[in-house]
Amino acid sequence: MKHLDEYRDPAAARRYADGIAAIVTRPWTIMEICGGQTHSIVRHGIDHMLPEGVTLLHGPGCPVCVTPPGMIDAAIAIASRPDVIFCSFGDMLRVPGNDRSLLAAKARGADVRMVYSPLDAVQIAQDNPGREVVFFAIGFETTAPATAMTVLQAESRGVANFSLLVSHVLVPPAMDALLGDPANGVQGFLAAGHVCTITGYRDYEPIARRYSIPIVVTGFEPLDLLQGLYMVIRQLEEGRCEVENQYNRSVRPDGNPAAREAMERVFAVQGQDWRGMGRIEASGLGLSERYVTFDALRRFPMIVPGPERASDCISGEILRGVRKPCDCPAFARGCTPGHPLGATMVSSEGACAAYYRYRRTALEPTA
Amino acid sequence: MNGGSAFSPNCPVPDMDSKHIELAHGSGGLLTHRLIEDIFRPAFAQSPEDLTHDGALIDVPAGQVAFTTDSYVVQPLFFPGGDIGSLAVNGAVNDLAMCGARPVCLSAGFVIEEGFSVSDLRRIAQSMQSAAQAAGVRLVTGDTKVVERGKGDGLYINTSGIGTVVAPAPVSPRQVRPGDSILVSGDLGRHGMAIMAVREGLGFEPPIVSDCAPVVAPVLRLIGEGIPLHCLRDLTRGGLATALIEIARTAGVAMLLEQSEIPVSPPVRGACEILGLDPLYVANEGRFAALVPPQAAEAALAVLRGFDPSAAIIGTVQEQGVPGSVALRTLGGSYALDLLACEQLPRIC
Repeated sequence: MKHLDEYRDPAAARRYADGIAAIVTRPWTIMEICGGQTHSIVRHGIDHMLPEGVTLLHGPGCPVCVTPPGMIDAAIAIASRPDVIFCSFGDMLRVPGNDRSLLAAKARGADVRMVYSPLDAVQIAQDNPGREVVFFAIGFETTAPATAMTVLQAESRGVANFSLLVSHVLVPPAMDALLGDPANGVQGFLAAGHVCTITGYRDYEPIARRYSIPIVVTGFEPLDLLQGLYMVIRQLEEGRCEVENQYNRSVRPDGNPAAREAMERVFAVQGQDWRGMGRIEASGLGLSERYVTFDALRRFPMIVPGPERASDCISGEILRGVRKPCDCPAFARGCTPGHPLGATMVSSEGACAAYYRYRRTALEPTA
Repeated sequence: MNGGSAFSPNCPVPDMDSKHIELAHGSGGLLTHRLIEDIFRPAFAQSPEDLTHDGALIDVPAGQVAFTTDSYVVQPLFFPGGDIGSLAVNGAVNDLAMCGARPVCLSAGFVIEEGFSVSDLRRIAQSMQSAAQAAGVRLVTGDTKVVERGKGDGLYINTSGIGTVVAPAPVSPRQVRPGDSILVSGDLGRHGMAIMAVREGLGFEPPIVSDCAPVVAPVLRLIGEGIPLHCLRDLTRGGLATALIEIARTAGVAMLLEQSEIPVSPPVRGACEILGLDPLYVANEGRFAALVPPQAAEAALAVLRGFDPSAAIIGTVQEQGVPGSVALRTLGGSYALDLLACEQLPRIC
């Protein structure tokens, strides 16, 4: 792990920040798409290293945050059946749907298990032939290939008691929707390095052209983020709007062909509800016709995901980059990680949770 | 009905050589006696009187006595670097050491689930004895209960302990003063990550080994060297961040930590990065923080480094700042550490 130290070297970070300051001639507003990037920016104070006038907005790239509450309600309904073992990634467990979270359902007796890899859920199904095993398949293009592999493996191993509750989402349609909103003031994007490791970045080129906006595929460490910001700002200052790749130690133009092929085999693109943002056309993945038998909602047809209940929470505007967490009157008062009112406070990668954890400056002692 | 059973008595006689714990082992009868004679007395008793009475009689020198108790419900029971037995002993002696006390003796209460392996129980009892010996403490009294299958998680252990206070001045958060240096006795996060790796089948290579160990010797050495100890705190549940926030709140002081000075070994750091966990909040079982006056900091560090070369000075108690706050200085500024709202959960990607 010595790479970590290299990408967090304070002297190098300062040099990058100075480099940015040297080329900035006017204010710019840049959005990082991914919640992992938001977390890293706020944790390491990257935004504090930037010249005044360079504003970072935090995008919708937190998969846990954007999973619709109706889908979490459906997950709880399925998990609460005595014949079901319900498997999920850890950070999804705490997120409330319209009412409760999966952890609360677990406390009431539901068999909810945290898995690190979706393939573990297939193994659990194989080990428990008398139970229905359901995996909550959420996330962006980063996790979708692993979900696809569960279906292919369950099929080849003849595991009939395995199914998926699918709520996968796609990045480029969300960017398209954000930029199509006139309230949005984003002038440049940091695209998510992990997503592009899978998909490559060709899908971003039409967006850069259509909206005349620079997009830089960027990693997650402090030096990655500073270099990505430098590249976006340089494009803005020079009047260019291209797709560039900062994260070239991981991202190839065409991504990972094997992972993409698995995704394309198992999934079909469909319209998708985003928590706080509403429905975005062609922004989600559902099981393709061939694999529809693995759909948990078909296996339990009595369970139908309901709509998101209206609330005063401004997380929708935060996810769209229109407002910041500190603009919310409930932030750190009525709304905290212990009692989240909305999507962006529930996951550690949500913008509000990151601000809550790292940015309550009133608490900082004077050094 | 098979042929042999016709000659069985109606009242079943327990299997005296069972490889598994039965309810009768907790009945107070013959099997309880066997359990004590075969497992606990050979492991713990150092004199013929030990463990033969309802309680233990201890000679204690005049002065203050420290007293502590804790229960252990860890899963898995065996993990790289220790087991529930060594954990239960080290937990108790470390709590005593944090009071500036020399541990004298412990009690151990066992709640065993019906069906538990007798050989595992023997192994755990022996491990407790080794840990007690390493910490210079005796296990002098105990208790055994057996609960029905499904009503326990294999084995729970409670340990209580007493120690004699040897620090010349009180060791407590209330003694913390602005300007104090904050030290840690070694690198952080090993125990929590070792447990998580085993529990969740994460095959880190090489495996992360728990730091589970007594910290009695370094504490007694610090006291012996005449280093004024304002406060000591073991960094168990909630890790370094939680421990220091609790001290800062009780003491009504502000602390500033330097992220670059906080020792975390590369394997633990890597595992935390992969899972999205913060090592500052991960549990340790053989690490403590020491708050000492600034002029004693280098001497304290030298003592701690004699036991673990990764010990470090990681921050200071501030002259100003919001009382009860702990800030961490990072690349582009500093942020306030806070108590976590809930257990850290591994993130999705």
